[in-house]
Amino acid sequence: MADPVITSHHAIAPHTEEGATVEMTIDGRAVVAGAGEFLIAAAERAGVFIPRFCYHPRLRSVGMCRMCLVEVSGPRGATLQPACYVAVAEGMEVVTTSDKVKKAQDGVLEMLLVNHPLDCPVCDKGGECPLQDQVLAYGPGESRFLEEKRHWAKPTPISELVLLDRERCIQCGRCVRFANEVAGEAQIDFLGRGDMVEVNVFEGQAFSSYFSGNTVQICPVGALTASPYRFTARPWDLDQVESTCTLCAFGCRAAVQSSANRITRLLGMDSDPVNQSWLCDKGRFASEAVNAENRLTEPLIRRNDILEPASWGEALELVARRLGELRTAKGASAIAVMGGARLSNEDAYAWAKLAKAVIGTDSVDAQMGDGLPAEVVVALPRATIDEACKARCLVVLAGDLREELPVLFLRVRSAAVDDAVPVVELAPQSGSVTGFATASVAYGPGEAAELVRALATGGAVPATVEPAQWSAAAEALHRAGTDGEGIVVILGRPSVAEDGALVADAAAAMAAAWPAARFLLALRRGNVMGAIDMGLAPGLLPGRVSLDDGRSFFEEQWGSVPAGRGRDAAGILEGLADGTMAAVVMVGADPLSDFPDGTLAGDGIAGADFVVAVDGFLSRSAARADVVLPASIVYERSGTTTNIEGRVSRLSQKLVAPGQCWPDWMIASELAARLGGDLGVESMTEIWDEIEKVATSHTGITRAVLESLSARDGIIAPLAASPVTLSRRLSPEPFDPMATPGIESVEAQGAPPRSGGAEPTSGEGAGHTAVSGHGHQAPRPRSLRWPQPVAAPPLPAPDSYSVRLVSGRRLYDDGVLVGATDALAALVAPATVRAHPHDLEKLGVGAGDPVRVRSARGDIVLDAAIDESLPRGVASIDFNLSADGAVGAAALLIDSREAVVDVRLETP
Amino acid sequence: MTQSHLAPEVMARARDIVALYPHPRSALIPLCHLAQEQDGWLRPEAMAEIAELVGITPAEVLGTASFYDMLHTEEVGTYVVTLCTNIACMLRGAYELLHHAEESLGIRTGSTTADGVFTLEDAECLADCGRAPCLQVNHRFFGDVSPEGFDKIVDDLRAGRLADEVPHHGTLVRTERDGGLRVEAETITAERRATAAAMAERAATAAAASEAKANG
Ligand code: SF4
Ligand code: SF4
Ligand code: FES
Ligand code: FES
Repeated sequence: MADPVITSHHAIAPHTEEGATVEMTIDGRAVVAGAGEFLIAAAERAGVFIPRFCYHPRLRSVGMCRMCLVEVSGPRGATLQPACYVAVAEGMEVVTTSDKVKKAQDGVLEMLLVNHPLDCPVCDKGGECPLQDQVLAYGPGESRFLEEKRHWAKPTPISELVLLDRERCIQCGRCVRFANEVAGEAQIDFLGRGDMVEVNVFEGQAFSSYFSGNTVQICPVGALTASPYRFTARPWDLDQVESTCTLCAFGCRAAVQSSANRITRLLGMDSDPVNQSWLCDKGRFASEAVNAENRLTEPLIRRNDILEPASWGEALELVARRLGELRTAKGASAIAVMGGARLSNEDAYAWAKLAKAVIGTDSVDAQMGDGLPAEVVVALPRATIDEACKARCLVVLAGDLREELPVLFLRVRSAAVDDAVPVVELAPQSGSVTGFATASVAYGPGEAAELVRALATGGAVPATVEPAQWSAAAEALHRAGTDGEGIVVILGRPSVAEDGALVADAAAAMAAAWPAARFLLALRRGNVMGAIDMGLAPGLLPGRVSLDDGRSFFEEQWGSVPAGRGRDAAGILEGLADGTMAAVVMVGADPLSDFPDGTLAGDGIAGADFVVAVDGFLSRSAARADVVLPASIVYERSGTTTNIEGRVSRLSQKLVAPGQCWPDWMIASELAARLGGDLGVESMTEIWDEIEKVATSHTGITRAVLESLSARDGIIAPLAASPVTLSRRLSPEPFDPMATPGIESVEAQGAPPRSGGAEPTSGEGAGHTAVSGHGHQAPRPRSLRWPQPVAAPPLPAPDSYSVRLVSGRRLYDDGVLVGATDALAALVAPATVRAHPHDLEKLGVGAGDPVRVRSARGDIVLDAAIDESLPRGVASIDFNLSADGAVGAAALLIDSREAVVDVRLETP
Repeated sequence: MTQSHLAPEVMARARDIVALYPHPRSALIPLCHLAQEQDGWLRPEAMAEIAELVGITPAEVLGTASFYDMLHTEEVGTYVVTLCTNIACMLRGAYELLHHAEESLGIRTGSTTADGVFTLEDAECLADCGRAPCLQVNHRFFGDVSPEGFDKIVDDLRAGRLADEVPHHGTLVRTERDGGLRVEAETITAERRATAAAMAERAATAAAASEAKANG
């Protein structure tokens, strides 16, 4: 039998032998439990709910609150033991309802209320409060304490986002444990002793974690409240759906709660393969942006250089006419579509079909210049998130995970810290992974491939790398098997100041050195993976199929496909700037803010004869458009989205879009009709059926499959790669009411999140059958396989005066979503230029002094910051931060035609 | 490099202490005492530096420090006067003494005189019941304290007459080995032997003297 581990330091649950079980009785009933399981979990599965406060299934047990005391018979008779801390054992006899247990529960609850203010009427938690509920269900009913309660000042803000009411705290330690164990940032802790214990921050330091909202989510009382939600609603006012957050491409599952057509809050759902209960603060709080006053609500047309409201008919007519004229005059290839990562899969498919089949252009790019070559993305052998977290060696060659895919960071951190997965970081600057990485190998901008080759062949240690790190990395990689079968690579864009092809080249080098290695793509934008799968990339068609491989099939399906490969984002902007291209439709894309080369983006938009923006906000780019079409955004639409591992999960509509916003697919469909084509689809659901029918990678993922209970966490495309076994489970498992109280309570009000969206995907009834491959369809083209050619540009030799630029991204940026969320907007940092202290000393400047950074493209003045982790000869500027109102500081320096960006640091 | 809050020699001692433990975190409480020795209390700047030295967050340092009575996370006077009010002392007039102390220092229990010299605290049993009522000044014992005795202690402290017995608050030990923790093990063994020999010699001399006395 498994040895029950009863220290809290080793695992979330005690060590369990695979499949071993024990027999025991709970309240006289025979129960079979997994060996080594905690009693509280075994009882719960057997249908016996044991009250609890401190226990949380995603945190280590600590047995602190004593609410879960039950009677366990042992050699010395029955004793009271905490069910959350004691492992089940063979023959164990447990009683959860005896007088002794009842007395213990009475005592615990009476104690908890001694100093509790009971200000339920003005407490956010009222109505969904585990303390209220458990006092009612298990409490003594009356208190013997007559003394004055202790009082604290309240509420005290511990960050822009979180408010603390110490009087309400019951010292369960969930928040403190989350911050320490899960986020790895112990910015809050218990202070004081005895009846003066409080949770708090260190004086003068805020609870600045990107994950602070999770503590509010799991606090079992109203001690931690979120400033955006505070006093806005009561649980019984709320309605909710289960959906997927699309603020980054990780795809956290969330309960989206609203009241009166406004988002009130998001709570993370426990999706085991993905977010395991947690959300980042951007996903949680920036969802508020849908409520923003500055949403676009009606089409706009530029007249006399002013954007004026227009009707949809007028606007669509104008767009179709101008695009038609330009197509006739300059050819279909003069028209481009940028963006698409903000869309659902269905929307993206509609736009891909509009562009490639109706307009006839292949110059379509969803990644907008800060991703990786699309062929590489679709062809690299893939790993799931779970596989990455169980890898024998996890290589990270990506942007800072905590900044770009925050909850992936939590998963990776847990793999490294809790499960001792060796992490080898290859990065041009240190970041959030560095602290727990087994080896951190610094590479000079553009030199990742060279470094990988040296690492794989046992070459010499590059000058930039510490020998100890180098040998640790080599050792960890070596232990993952000769063919690299245990290696998973998290692959993204560490810096937008180096050409994406250089990173792809490094990936190719890894795939060559370790042929069995697999990749998890760390592309950042919401549904970027879905957009690529749907063909919103040059040279690709839906289903991860190349233009050439899919030509005949899609000619049959669609009527026509573009003659040749089109341009990517940089190519499009160059074409627009030099007049070889004429028009661009930006679908949820803001190249002026997002494209790495700001000068080129500006020239491209300025040089275009006709610019259309389809967006939810008047972004910087949309403000320059000739026609602006308002679209519904997050939580205003249904459909599906695809995360970084290719997991297709359902989006549920919660809100009605404001004003005259249309869903993106409808805009595409109407435009197609006016351009003399026909997308042949009338609804989201029809689009999904068509995707399933034509997209090779999505074969078999029918609506019936997507809606099945076992696919609740989504299905990985292609189906063969999905670890989900489709069963006929009929009802979902009940929620743990204490794990995320806010979801359960709203469900108890009659709003089960799993009821799905306003538009049920399956149409009428459950009798819906799969429509896969009906009729006599030609065989589907095959999806692209690795290897794919990678054309990496040559690296120029650095000149001795210049330093090379590194430019990563920050979570809180100048984007419209953060900007529209007051509490987050306050957290955006100003841009600085970071460099090694010696490089700054050479210049005679210290931290905080202004430095002029000059590249061949332009120059800007930024405050200097010291970063000893940077190698000498490298300067780092975060891409998506601004300084002194100048947006996108780094974008002014970057030249997308150059492999790397060389700059000079000067005194201003 | 910005100037550290802990003085260079304190910093050096801190590093030596950290090196003693397999986990740097274990040095947390010794370092808190060290910082308190420098400043008389645990300043936030010191806690932030300790956090860095042992690799935890400042919030965790504060969390630990605020748990312990002997670590003060709020400013205290040069002399922290701690009166026992537990049962033995209470029966021998501890509350009357505490009342007197408040009157004579002009402050309430738990606060510090305006000149920053005295902080008055009450405490549970200080384990000196045989000399009840008793008090501690900076953890140095004073027993059988009468109200007049209390005033005398205060006067003596103010006048510096007790400087040899009571160091400023935060100082746990006043004698330190030259070289601190860096001294070689052999040196320590040799010193111990020498001390033991000296003690044995003193004992022998004393024994001889008392024998001579008895005989004489
Ligand atoms: S935390 Fe719960 S019990 Fe406490 S005041 Fe709020 S609603 Fe009432
Ligand atoms: S603030 Fe909430 S989560 Fe944190 S210890 Fe107190 S009751 Fe528990
Ligand atoms: S002690 Fe078991 S839930 Fe708190
Ligand atoms: S009761 Fe005062 S020292 Fe023990």
